[in-house]
Amino acid sequence: MSILKEIVSAVKEVIEVARTTAQGMSVTLSHIPTRKETVSYPDDAVTIYRRFRGEHFLDVNEDGKERCVSCFLCAAACPADAIYIEGAEDPRPYAERIGMDHRYAKVYQIDYGRCILCGFCVDACPTDAINHGHNFEWAVYTPGELVKDKSYLLANKWREPDVIPTDKQLPLAAKQKQDKLNIILK
Amino acid sequence: MQAKEIVVPTSAISMLRKPDPLSDTQMTVSMGPQHPSTHGVLRLELVLDGETVIRAIPDIGYLHTGIEKTMEKEKWQQVVTVTCRMDYLNSSGNDLGYVLAVEKLMGVEVPKRVRDIRVLLTELNRITSHLVWFGTHAMDIGAMTAFFYAFTQREKGLDLFECVSGARLHQSYFVVGGVRWDLPPNFLDLMTEFLDGFPSFLDECKRLVTGNKIFQRRTKGVGVISKEAAIDWGLSGPTIRGSGVDWDIRKSEPYSGFDTYDFNVPVYHDGDVWSRYLVRMDEMEESWKICKQAVERLREPGPYMSDHPKLKLPERDLMKKHIDVMIHHFLLASEGFTVPVGEVYQSIESARGEIGFYVVSDGGERPYRVRVRAPSYVNLSALPAMVEGSLIADVVAVIGSIDIVLGDVDR
Ligand code: SF4
Ligand code: SF4
Repeated sequence: MSILKEIVSAVKEVIEVARTTAQGMSVTLSHIPTRKETVSYPDDAVTIYRRFRGEHFLDVNEDGKERCVSCFLCAAACPADAIYIEGAEDPRPYAERIGMDHRYAKVYQIDYGRCILCGFCVDACPTDAINHGHNFEWAVYTPGELVKDKSYLLANKWREPDVIPTDKQLPLAAKQKQDKLNIILK
Repeated sequence: MQAKEIVVPTSAISMLRKPDPLSDTQMTVSMGPQHPSTHGVLRLELVLDGETVIRAIPDIGYLHTGIEKTMEKEKWQQVVTVTCRMDYLNSSGNDLGYVLAVEKLMGVEVPKRVRDIRVLLTELNRITSHLVWFGTHAMDIGAMTAFFYAFTQREKGLDLFECVSGARLHQSYFVVGGVRWDLPPNFLDLMTEFLDGFPSFLDECKRLVTGNKIFQRRTKGVGVISKEAAIDWGLSGPTIRGSGVDWDIRKSEPYSGFDTYDFNVPVYHDGDVWSRYLVRMDEMEESWKICKQAVERLREPGPYMSDHPKLKLPERDLMKKHIDVMIHHFLLASEGFTVPVGEVYQSIESARGEIGFYVVSDGGERPYRVRVRAPSYVNLSALPAMVEGSLIADVVAVIGSIDIVLGDVDR
């Protein structure tokens, strides 16, 4: 008698398992005709929000002069000590010099091996010289390549999808020619 | 069944004992640190008799980052960049605990809108954190598909974080005195869109995993910890609520205005993996409810930062025009602010349990000491008590059910 009971309960169990598994399967099947959520990166562009804190760019003003005045505030605000700056003076008149002020950054490096992309440098900068771009593709082969210098950071500006150089910035942008990032800004 | 009779001491002394060399049925196996089911780099030393676990000894420290020490080097405001890196799945919860502690020490009141933003984002973070747990826990037990659906939803949640704070995981969005920027204009609509789609996802989960008989058989009665033992071990969060203890810091010591929200604390009484599973599934629903209420409250604009002059960076236009404002900006950005001498403990309910920040200030620009009471660490310590005597396959289920994050364990 008890064997019979056991068999009955085992069969019941199997039926129950099959039923609930089929129920789960129905969820999976119902997803097949719906829109795919995956993006075939890198063939398709990824959508990125404007606030995204990606690789920085150093800004220039509307005349194409570097905004950075080498005040070291970004380096002081950086929690990861990722920024290295050497300041210098350029006494030439405005039209000839590269910075918008007499003081400019001779060396400006960000070590992306240290940077944690917190954005405190951007908040701190009094001249809006340093900004977060939207680049996130920076795989390299050696750690040393993660240290990005000033020319690289300046050229990063022209990679931003919505940056269009003004007439006065045009020669500079042509000199620092960069491919646009393959992203959609939202 | 011989293993059931062995009385297993789970005190620290048991860690020193070696398996009986004369017994040829016992074997010591190392599970992890490179094991997908240990959710990070946890190593478990398992003493087995056949398939039965006789002793389990967690070996931690592989992910030690020295974050508590690092905090002593950072300025008060910069510390939020490392708090979020401890428990990387629940980063805004960690930030919140720290900033609340410092605000308590300074006696700063934050505007109502800030409190609501913080509630909204921590609850959203609780959802995304539980989604990772749901996906990985189901996958550990053998349900592969649930993982993909959970991560699809989580991705949408992370997109919202990206929209509001600029980073998907390490937001560093909460700072002492408020939040760093106001919400972006379309954020509440995106949030509503996400919240509207969420119940149908939960419903799918119920059909896919909760109702599944195999899943239930794998989890019911496994890894049981009694109510008394759970209290003795000092467990917190969903792990203790699965053992029938109705204890949630959002209710018992409300912070950031949680007392003004209408939500329930799900409690289940069996103390097994299944109970803990149900607690978290219900919790996602409750978080969804809280988010809904918070979105409605945030529709009206308001200040996003307390106007304490030492906390808020000056308006950028003013700063560029007036030299005195510029000097103030320079001092704030380079030296930060000081916090009165004192010490404070502030705990909040993170996705894993009570995360507490004990902050000591010596009156300087940097914390003198920050000690973190990490929920994962305490919950993990009860793992041997849960798995000893059960089968080795159940260890995987139990680890999943206490939902540890190794970054939180080791700090
Ligand atoms: S983003 Fe943060 S870590 Fe990176 S350079 Fe700026 S301040 Fe330093
Ligand atoms: S980037 Fe800005 S903060 Fe940094 S040195 Fe240049 S001007 Fe100063």
